[in-house]
Amino acid sequence: MIVVIDYKAGNLYNVGNALKYLKAEFTVSGDPAVVSQADRVILPGVGSARAAMESLTEQGLVEVLQGLRVPFLGICLGLQLLFEVSDEDNTPCLGLLPGTVRRFNSSQVKVPHIGWNQVSGVAGQGSKRSERTIAPAVPQPSSKLFEGIPAESFFYFLHSYFAPVESPFTLGKTDYGDWFGSVVARENFYGVQFHPERSGEIGLKMLQNFLEVQSS
Amino acid sequence: MLAKRIIPCLDVAGGRVVKGVHFVDLKDAGDPVELGGRYYREGADELVFLDITATVEERKTVVDWVKRVADSIFIPFTVGGGISTVAQVYDLLRAGADKVSINSAAVKNPELLGEASRAFGSQCIVLAVDAKWTGAGWKVFVSGGRIETARDALEWIRQGEELGVGEILLTSMDSDGTQEGYDLKLLGAVTASIRIPVIASGGAGSPEHLLEALRVGADAVLAASIFHYDRYSIAQVKDYLAENSIPVRRN
Repeated sequence: MIVVIDYKAGNLYNVGNALKYLKAEFTVSGDPAVVSQADRVILPGVGSARAAMESLTEQGLVEVLQGLRVPFLGICLGLQLLFEVSDEDNTPCLGLLPGTVRRFNSSQVKVPHIGWNQVSGVAGQGSKRSERTIAPAVPQPSSKLFEGIPAESFFYFLHSYFAPVESPFTLGKTDYGDWFGSVVARENFYGVQFHPERSGEIGLKMLQNFLEVQSS
Repeated sequence: MLAKRIIPCLDVAGGRVVKGVHFVDLKDAGDPVELGGRYYREGADELVFLDITATVEERKTVVDWVKRVADSIFIPFTVGGGISTVAQVYDLLRAGADKVSINSAAVKNPELLGEASRAFGSQCIVLAVDAKWTGAGWKVFVSGGRIETARDALEWIRQGEELGVGEILLTSMDSDGTQEGYDLKLLGAVTASIRIPVIASGGAGSPEHLLEALRVGADAVLAASIFHYDRYSIAQVKDYLAENSIPVRRN
C-alpha cells in the first residue's frame, strides 16, 4: 500500500487526487505503524519546515522515515526535509542528505518562486563541486522519475526555500536567478521541488514513474 | 527559465460560471468543472475562480465545486470571493484549492493576511486588489468594486507584502471590461514597488494586451472574455507571446 504522510498541515488532497487519477491504491496516515508497513511512501509539501518537523516528531515519524527501505518521494517541502537543516526558522530536518536548505534572496529574484519552470540534468555525476556548478546543463536528470518525459518540460513550482545544487545527490537543477537543486535522490529516497500533482500530464507521468520504481 | 503564466479567470455565481462586464450584466458561460477542464487541456498555466455569489446560502456550495474542480484538473487554481476568515481559507485549501485570494475582508482587517500567511504559508495567500485612478493616485475599491475606500492602492499592496502574502492579483477598475488593454501605468507602478509576483487583471482584449502587460513586469496575466468566447485559444496566445520572446510553457 502507498502511504501519503499526513502531518496535519492542510492540502494533501491534490496528491491524493493525482493518485486516484492514476488508479493507485493509497492511504493517508500519520501513524508510525502504518507508515512502517508501507511499500511506498509520499511526503507531500505543505506549510513550514518548523511546523512539519514538529508534527513529524510528535507523531513519532522521524525515525520511521529515516529507516525506510521502500521507495520514498518527498514533494516540495518534502524534498527540503530530507536535508540536514533548513534556514526556515533554523530547523533541523531528517538529515538523509547532507547540506542546508536556504531562502531565495529577494534582492535578486521575486520570492516565492511561483510558476512553471524547467528541470535540467546535472552533468558529471560524482565530479567535484566546482565542476558541477559550472558544467553545462544536460537535458534531463538521469533518474527513473524522468523516463519518457521530454527534455526541457515545465513543472509547477511554489516555494521560497531551495536545496543546494552542489551535492552528489542532486540529479536535477532549475534556474531561478541562480541554479538550485530541484531533483534529488539517494538510494530509495527521491525528492522533487516542484509539484508533480499540479504539473499537468507531465507531472502525472512523473508520479506514475515513481509508482513503478522498484524497491532496492 | 521561469515561464510567464496565462491564467483564464472564471467568475462563479451559485456554482455556475458567469462573466461580468464592469462587474454587472452577467452572462452564463457554463459549469466550473467543464470550463476549468477545457482550459486545463488547452494549456492554461493556472486557473482563477472568483466566487461572486451574493448570498451566504449560495456560498455554501463553493466547497463542493472546488472539490469537483480539484478532482479533474491537475494544474494549480486559486479561489477567491467573499473570504473573510482563516477557517474559510482552511476549508478551501482542504477542498483542493492551491491558493486563496482575499480582497475586501483584508481591507477591513489587514491582520487576516498575516494570520492566513503564517497558518498556511505565504505561497497560498493571494491579495486581490481592485484599484481605480482618482486623479490623485489609485484608490482601493471593495465589495466587487462598488465601494471606494480611503486606502492608497500602492501603499496597501506594499502593506500586504509586509504582512506575508505570496502574490498580488491586481485588477484595474478603469480597464476591467473594456477589452482595451491592461492599465499599464498602474501595473508598472505596482511591479516596481514590490518583490512578490503580480498577476495583471482587467482589460485584456487581444494577445497584444497580454504582451504589453508582461513587458511592463507582470509575472502572469489574467483574462476572461478573450478565452470564454473562443476569440483566441490559449495556444494561439502562447504562440504569439513566444514569437515575441516571452518565455511560455508549451508542454
